[in-house]
Amino acid sequence: MTRRALLAVYALLIVVPLMVVLFGSFKTTPDLFASPFGPPLSPTLGNYRVILGDAGLLRVFGNSVLVVIVSVPVTLVLASLTGYAVARLPRWPSRILFGAFAAGLAVPAQAMMIPQYVQFDRLGLRDSLFGLMLVNVVVTLPVAVFILSGFMRTLPRELFEAAALDGAGPCAVYRRIAVPLSLPSLAATAIFLLVMHWNDLLYPLLFIDDPANRTLPLALLDFAGEYLTDYPLLFTGVVIASIPMVLLYAVLQRWFVAGITAGAIKG
Amino acid sequence: MRRHWGLYLFPIPALALYLAFFVLPAVQGLQYAITDWDGFSPTFNRVGTGNFTRIVTADDQFANALGNNLTFLLSVVSGQTVLALGLAVLLAARSRGSTALRALFFLPTVLSSISVAFVWRFVYDPNLGLLHSLGVPGVFLGDEDTAILWVAVAQIWFHAGQMMVLFIAGLHQIPAELYEAAHVDGAGRRQRFRFVTWPMLAPTTALVVAYTTIQSFKAFDLILGLAGNPPRSSLDILSTRIYTTFANSQLGYAAAESVVFMIAIGVVTWMQNRAARIGAGR
Repeated sequence: MTRRALLAVYALLIVVPLMVVLFGSFKTTPDLFASPFGPPLSPTLGNYRVILGDAGLLRVFGNSVLVVIVSVPVTLVLASLTGYAVARLPRWPSRILFGAFAAGLAVPAQAMMIPQYVQFDRLGLRDSLFGLMLVNVVVTLPVAVFILSGFMRTLPRELFEAAALDGAGPCAVYRRIAVPLSLPSLAATAIFLLVMHWNDLLYPLLFIDDPANRTLPLALLDFAGEYLTDYPLLFTGVVIASIPMVLLYAVLQRWFVAGITAGAIKG
Repeated sequence: MRRHWGLYLFPIPALALYLAFFVLPAVQGLQYAITDWDGFSPTFNRVGTGNFTRIVTADDQFANALGNNLTFLLSVVSGQTVLALGLAVLLAARSRGSTALRALFFLPTVLSSISVAFVWRFVYDPNLGLLHSLGVPGVFLGDEDTAILWVAVAQIWFHAGQMMVLFIAGLHQIPAELYEAAHVDGAGRRQRFRFVTWPMLAPTTALVVAYTTIQSFKAFDLILGLAGNPPRSSLDILSTRIYTTFANSQLGYAAAESVVFMIAIGVVTWMQNRAARIGAGR
């Protein structure tokens, strides 16, 4: 019985704030403060109109989508090619390759951000979505290589060798054996990268100046400054930024858990 | 087996980007750390170890951020680990209800930290917020002494579900025979936890503690979202401190702070590994 009570209490602690945010996005400010917990009695789409229209969140949303649909696949391709080499190269070259990327795992973004800022600025890559995609790919390469090479090393070497004996070159082995067999870990890595890039604030904050290039988390941070305590508007921004991830999570739950957990092993 | 020299071509694209945009700036970061560069002037001075001496001996703001970071770290690690383990034990057995609850408890992890920050900003708002409307008195984030602990609560809410999943995976790896043996020996529920579950979970616990530590050093977005930019001193942690220094055009000094930041993470992680090994009797 206590087990159920404890779980119910924690479930409320998760659900109530999220419900307040969702309901709040359909309320006016006075309505929210009159009854923060209840459903919207006279629901309004006004907040959505302001955010999507005046605040230009539609464009920002598009930027976020563009950034993830480029950076995630590029990272996956680069990291899986590397993981494949780690799995098939002779011992020492393989160890050196793996070690080079694994060392990058120990370096937190906050330690890298300053020299990267200077570098990207000098190259004229700052304040562009391209620069943001590039830095996304670079900073997530270590963890993606770590997960994917870890998985590809568990594939039996004999599989690669047998295919090679049959005359398949490394490219054919990669395409016909390594990639199909590693689909589960590719999917998990893809989800991990997706959540990470979609939600990232640090690099957009550093790299983006032009409001037209903002991504969702950055636009949300700007709202907080602009509409200081206009909670219904903030909530609307939160709902819009969260919907894609929450929907995907509802559909691909198992992969989300696998992906974020794989990232946690060495994040 | 025939050598496939072509294999050496596969990692080249990734390596090229990694060397150019990760390794190179990392090395440059070390060079900036011994200068007083502001980030845009063409000239600057090399100050040798001057930045580091100032950080360690004379920088109250950095010391304050380090102190806050440690308070935050300890409260998140202890609170989150206990909570996640508790939830995992309650939900380890598979049933329809437990699967749904696991999914629900994991949900906050997929949100962005800035969204989570806004949720909690409303919870803590001393005039309009949820706690206020429930009649809980207090200024929460406005309280100099305890502000960082309220951020810790938000951080735990954010990531406890993720750690719960790791603990559940760990629990499922414990062989059932151990529990049967303990049961036959007359061990009660508590004793089974104390003598089977807890020791068998040691590697998972070490993983959770290590990951939570790194996450709490990275709590940057959550602080900016809750406190505003720049955060007030009671909420400043190392990552926000470095960002503020950098934003104030003290680039060389911020680079030096980054080096100290990395060393701090390294030391804490090393101490944890030592503790985990001693705990595991190795």
